[in-house]
Amino acid sequence: MKEDIEALDTFPKLLMHHAAVHGERPAIREKDLGIWQTWTWRELAEEVRALACALAGLGLKRGDHFALVGDNRPRLYACMAAGQCLGAIPVPLYQDAVAAEMAFPIQNASIAIAFAEDQEQVDKLVEIHPRCPTLERIIYDDPRGMRHYAHDKLVPYDKLIADGRERLKADPAFIDAQIAKGASQDAAAMFFTSGTTGVAKGVVHTHGSLIGPSRTAAELEKLGPNDVILAYLPPAWIGQNIFSCAQAYVAGYCICCPESAETVMNDMREIGPTYYFAPPRVLETLLTTVSIRMEDASRLKRWLYRKFMAVANRVGGAILDGKPVTTTDRLLYGVGDVVVYGPLRNVLGMSRVKIGYTAGEAIGPDLFKFYRSIGINLKQLYGSTETAVFVCIQPNGQVKPDTVGPAVPGVELKFTPERELVVRGPGLFREYYKNPQATAEAKDQDGWFHTGDAGYFDVDGHVKIIDRVKDVGALVDGTLFAPKYLENKLKFFPYIREAVCFGHTRDRVCAFINIDPEAVGNWAEKRHMPYSGYIDLASRDEVYALIRECVEQVNADLAQEPEIANSQIHRFLILHKELDADDEELTRTRKVRRRFIGEKYVSLVDALYDGSPSVHIQAQVRYEDGRTGSVSADLRIADAKTFPPEAARRAA
Amino acid sequence: MRSHEVRAIIGPNGAGKSSMLNVLNGVYRPQKGRIRFRDREFRNMVPHEAASMGIARTFQNIALFKGMTVLDNVMTGRNLKMRCSFVEQALWIGRARREEMVHRRAVEEIIDFLEIQHIRKTPVGRLPYGLQKRVELARALAAEPTLLLLDEPMAGMNLEEKQDMCRFILDVNDHYGTTLVLIEHDMGVVMDISQRVVVLDYGRKIADGTPEEIRGDEKVIAAYLGVAHA
Repeated sequence: MKEDIEALDTFPKLLMHHAAVHGERPAIREKDLGIWQTWTWRELAEEVRALACALAGLGLKRGDHFALVGDNRPRLYACMAAGQCLGAIPVPLYQDAVAAEMAFPIQNASIAIAFAEDQEQVDKLVEIHPRCPTLERIIYDDPRGMRHYAHDKLVPYDKLIADGRERLKADPAFIDAQIAKGASQDAAAMFFTSGTTGVAKGVVHTHGSLIGPSRTAAELEKLGPNDVILAYLPPAWIGQNIFSCAQAYVAGYCICCPESAETVMNDMREIGPTYYFAPPRVLETLLTTVSIRMEDASRLKRWLYRKFMAVANRVGGAILDGKPVTTTDRLLYGVGDVVVYGPLRNVLGMSRVKIGYTAGEAIGPDLFKFYRSIGINLKQLYGSTETAVFVCIQPNGQVKPDTVGPAVPGVELKFTPERELVVRGPGLFREYYKNPQATAEAKDQDGWFHTGDAGYFDVDGHVKIIDRVKDVGALVDGTLFAPKYLENKLKFFPYIREAVCFGHTRDRVCAFINIDPEAVGNWAEKRHMPYSGYIDLASRDEVYALIRECVEQVNADLAQEPEIANSQIHRFLILHKELDADDEELTRTRKVRRRFIGEKYVSLVDALYDGSPSVHIQAQVRYEDGRTGSVSADLRIADAKTFPPEAARRAA
Repeated sequence: MRSHEVRAIIGPNGAGKSSMLNVLNGVYRPQKGRIRFRDREFRNMVPHEAASMGIARTFQNIALFKGMTVLDNVMTGRNLKMRCSFVEQALWIGRARREEMVHRRAVEEIIDFLEIQHIRKTPVGRLPYGLQKRVELARALAAEPTLLLLDEPMAGMNLEEKQDMCRFILDVNDHYGTTLVLIEHDMGVVMDISQRVVVLDYGRKIADGTPEEIRGDEKVIAAYLGVAHA
């Protein structure tokens, strides 16, 4: 039985296998008109076969590319699989992309057929049509608002599938022959990487490179036909595709499509997924919702929540990891589970979650710990579009908030002398579409893929990602200097909104801090500390003391990590203004532009390093209406305690 | 009124716009004149007759059941279409069950149409104003009207909510073929979405025509801006 599955090397073959072996089990669910409608594997397979025949009728051939634009919908996934049956390559596009962004992929891959979810997507495709002469047919699913469209290229899904059913009846052998022709090394899908840094690149994955890692990870986490996932992230993102398509086909579990983006929370509660993925910002939003609701709760409930969250914080993680815990704590946690954690998991829709993953950016340790302490097995993983996601996964019982875990079985990892993480394994992409130069740059002759991320192995052999390689520098003594890593550590404190670290080619690390006016303001109010405004608050002794505590805690943490123990923060100052995208200090996505800030505030940076206790600054500020004014202030510079590296201390 | 058209009634405050709607669906009794609807003439309308003939309306001030969920509120719009007896309802047998399913489906289609799935189970009182207006439109639609009277559907809305509402009104007109009469003060909206505009002043019709004609009509300008008394 197991060998059977191993022999199935393409998605269509897997689909037909599931339809034959457990055809009546749910494959995909969608909430339609308020009721969850289920497609079984058999129904899905039938739909896909008919659809494939229809697509062949439209002229889709082996090796052709076709585009899919829309949210998670059963028909979108059916269309994807139907194309794969014919050996064509689906190219999912981001549904929230503007029309102009869709033009490039369609031109690049000479796409002739596109599937659009609804009127909105059809409009975009029609808009770019003049620039994309290859585009011949636009299939649309939801007919709402489409009655007056007289475009001759439009095909409604219902008509297409009816046509497909007839073709299937006329020649049922055709499609089976097509499916049999597929092979593991054929291209299975193409994902366009976001074009924020230069031109978008199409990442080509084969059936093998998607199925391989999906299968390994599914076996590692023991995923099976009884699992359920909620597909709520864009299908054009490789992660969503792996979780709600590749792995579902491999493990045979059920995918649920929420009604709309606004109903995700509700749908999640109704479905109770057993397998869950969320980027850190989603987890943070959920936690904020919980905190706000807790503040409105009755006094008794608030008291219970506080008491038992303290217990969970102390022992919850250890219990989840299977580590020894005293009997009293275990009993207390048991009571907490009944009165607090259980209901809380239920509200979050996570009562049945066996495995939750988070990835994409650094997650705050407190946030991470919160979910783990209430009994949700949240873990981090590491990967990218080019590696079909699974490079590192934290194994059960060895979960740490600041690493991404060891390599997944079958994946080789190493660090280059520049500390760049390079990866080799079955999940690597085949190439960037029509871009051999970029392919050669990213993947060397020996098949190592350069991730562009810098990091190192920690003492347990877990990978720790610290920054992008291009941002990593070194102190004069050669110690690794990873500004983003330090800044993230600082920003995990609620009082710190932004931080900018300096240290490349210098003898030690110093930092600019931006306080969070709301959090620090609240803190000041609680202490009955009057202040007139941001500048006043930022220059208070008490606030300096508060921030110093944060910085010193970061330093104490850093001392534990031999690789970067020397990059502790020696001196810092609190900036007189908030860093702002309007002043070009941040990008529009709120990332600090370190070099620009370093040049703009060069006098401040110099003062940090020349040991002066304070510095006078006169700076131009631009107001929101475009006028400029100037602010002058004396900024104090504070020293922070540093700690000897742990290793050195142990040796001493 | 022509069928399938979107027609706006405008006029200064107190011009009798709402009264006009009230007469049409039988809340007020007209002192003079007759109402003609689908080749039948009425001296005056009785509200339940108007409703069963396919006239539905929304109100200037929201008139929903605040404690009930959106779904239940919209279901009340199906009230006239329920045929089963009290006993059947109470015991949940026979027609009650079948009907409930049919009506629920119809209501869900409207919910989907107006994109209010995410608030289906939320009590109306907890919703923001703009959404309440949309729920009211949903309830009116649930009665499957042929003539829909909207009394200031966009009052008190922000720009985005107004745009949404405009889109929904046009969609309703297009998709269900409903004839729409709306009272509105936002001239931009009126000129954009209605095919014909009627202007009332002190209970009298002073103009009637396409938006372009109305915009240039001197009497209308005078009614709105006042005339200089020489």
